[in-house]
Amino acid sequence: MGIPKALHYYYYKELWEPFFKKLDIDLIISPDTNPVMLDNGTKLVPDEMCLSMKLYFGHLVYLADKCDYILIPRIDRFDNDNQTCTNFLAIYDLASKLFDTKILNFNIDNDNNMRGGLFKIGKELGFSSKKVTQAYKYAIAYYKYSLKQKEIEQSNKLLSDRKKVLLISHPYNTYDSLIGKPIIKLFEDNDINIIYCDAFNIQKTNTLALKLSPNLYWKYSRDQIGSILLSDKVDGFLFLSSFPCGLDSLVNELVMRKLNKPYLNLVVDDNTSLAGVETRVESFIDVIN
Amino acid sequence: MSSIKISYPLMGNYEVAIFYLLSHTFKCDIIHPPKITTRTAEIGSKYSPDFVCAPFKYTLGTMIESLDKGANVIFQMGGGCRYGYYHELQRKILEDLGYDFKLINLISGGKQVNLLKIFKETNLPYHKIKAIYYGLITIKMVKYIDKIEDYIRIHRCFEVKKNSFNQLHQEMLNEMKKTKSLFHLKLIYHKYRRLFKKIKIKKPKNYIKVGIVGELYTLMEPFTNYQMEQLLSDMGVSVKRFTDVTYLLFKKKYKVKKFLKQHLLKYRMGADALDNIYHTKYLCEHNYDGIIHMKASFCTPEIAAMPIINQIAHEYKVPVLFFSMDMNTSETGVKTRLEAFYDMLEMRQK
Repeated sequence: MGIPKALHYYYYKELWEPFFKKLDIDLIISPDTNPVMLDNGTKLVPDEMCLSMKLYFGHLVYLADKCDYILIPRIDRFDNDNQTCTNFLAIYDLASKLFDTKILNFNIDNDNNMRGGLFKIGKELGFSSKKVTQAYKYAIAYYKYSLKQKEIEQSNKLLSDRKKVLLISHPYNTYDSLIGKPIIKLFEDNDINIIYCDAFNIQKTNTLALKLSPNLYWKYSRDQIGSILLSDKVDGFLFLSSFPCGLDSLVNELVMRKLNKPYLNLVVDDNTSLAGVETRVESFIDVIN
Repeated sequence: MSSIKISYPLMGNYEVAIFYLLSHTFKCDIIHPPKITTRTAEIGSKYSPDFVCAPFKYTLGTMIESLDKGANVIFQMGGGCRYGYYHELQRKILEDLGYDFKLINLISGGKQVNLLKIFKETNLPYHKIKAIYYGLITIKMVKYIDKIEDYIRIHRCFEVKKNSFNQLHQEMLNEMKKTKSLFHLKLIYHKYRRLFKKIKIKKPKNYIKVGIVGELYTLMEPFTNYQMEQLLSDMGVSVKRFTDVTYLLFKKKYKVKKFLKQHLLKYRMGADALDNIYHTKYLCEHNYDGIIHMKASFCTPEIAAMPIINQIAHEYKVPVLFFSMDMNTSETGVKTRLEAFYDMLEMRQK
């Protein structure tokens, strides 16, 4: 079974990986993003689609002929005030029209949750409900444990004396080897600690976000911007988004207008050169220092 | 606030209905929002984030213009995609520009907000019973306008005397502004339906039928699509469009359930993407000669729908033309592409 290393994977890898390993399924996770994938993805979908979606389809192209099933969930909303990106609603239908490989799919919306989704997939693959329950229990324990670990690590980082910058960006951009990684490296080379916005306690950030924007109804954006209120010790903020991200275009703009510390807004698209980014990052670092 | 003056961003000819409703329910001044012009677009994009979709820029531009005219309460609608979040950023932008006003959002996150509570908080002088009565009239008015406009789109291209349809349409809208009661409105509607059917038309044997699908704001506000429907009518093309306010408010709910039963798609795709895909299929099955898909640039749901629309049209061998409208799209460019599309359709027919 294949999982593309893009979008949802970064949110739920600690849940999905142990779950499927416990069920003795051969997992193929696509490698780090490379320019070939970007090329494949760009050819497949309209040019106006956001960079992260193009990469997702690039990963799917890589996986399509290598595995029997591909896991493509449709995550719509957790409740009415916690919706996800509009693009996420369309992923399954779009992929099923573009690829012939069998797709394992579950749906999360007002009536369905992650647990139900994973159970459905377990049954589809022919496992007994007892085994699935076992695997799920193991996976959820591991997931919670890893979140805790992340949090502890983060709070240690926040206490250090080095200069710190809070990175506000979707995890699928932050940890992507084409989008986020090179930029984070630039900061670390200059001896600046990056605080990741997704390593905070999600429940806390989710509710805190309403203080910054009372009507925000996107879950992932709420998780992100809530972290701003939890990190008053940082020296600056870095906004990183992929062009043209629908959520970030509005939310980041709103948040930036409410900040009183230096910030840098980086928008990456498929032909951004690192040299240009480098100059901007360096001048930003000068401002912080 | 000394005297309350209400305004709202406008869309197409629905301005008549909205103004009618507001002026009858609220005991205060209503300010006509100025028509969208190039200046509106310029102001709007100047203060908007770079890669937000075009309706944000247009509505922001209109808001600034009506605030300059003296309005201090503004209504904004909202929808399923990021449209529901517009109002928060727009409020912040306008506040940063130094305007003193209130922005009232009617739908947020796909949910209707509690209007009564908001009206109470903002001290808007309104009449409850009147609001219900005139609300009913307005709904009926919108339905009638949509019916007539649908007729106009299909038949305008056959008119013998130029502009006869447009003139009568304008007359009807003017008369609807003076509606007194539900019955009166019905009389007006029937009178004009008769008049529209009496207009002399010459229907050729072979004519080209085109269906328009796409993102709602771009479809319904003629300024943002460069009077595409008028251009098509001038070429002699009969136009079918599904998306209008009646569809969005009343029919959509049932239609979507029906669509999902056909199993072409498994899930809803956000905003009108699903509807457009099924409408494309409908148009293909009913022998339309071509399909035009329009959207404001960066409209996320429609972008996801485009590959599927393309696939369906390819299966049925019907040509599709995709437009992505932005502030910087030139009218000549749109015209050229449209003419080329028309020529192609004409050649196919032979």
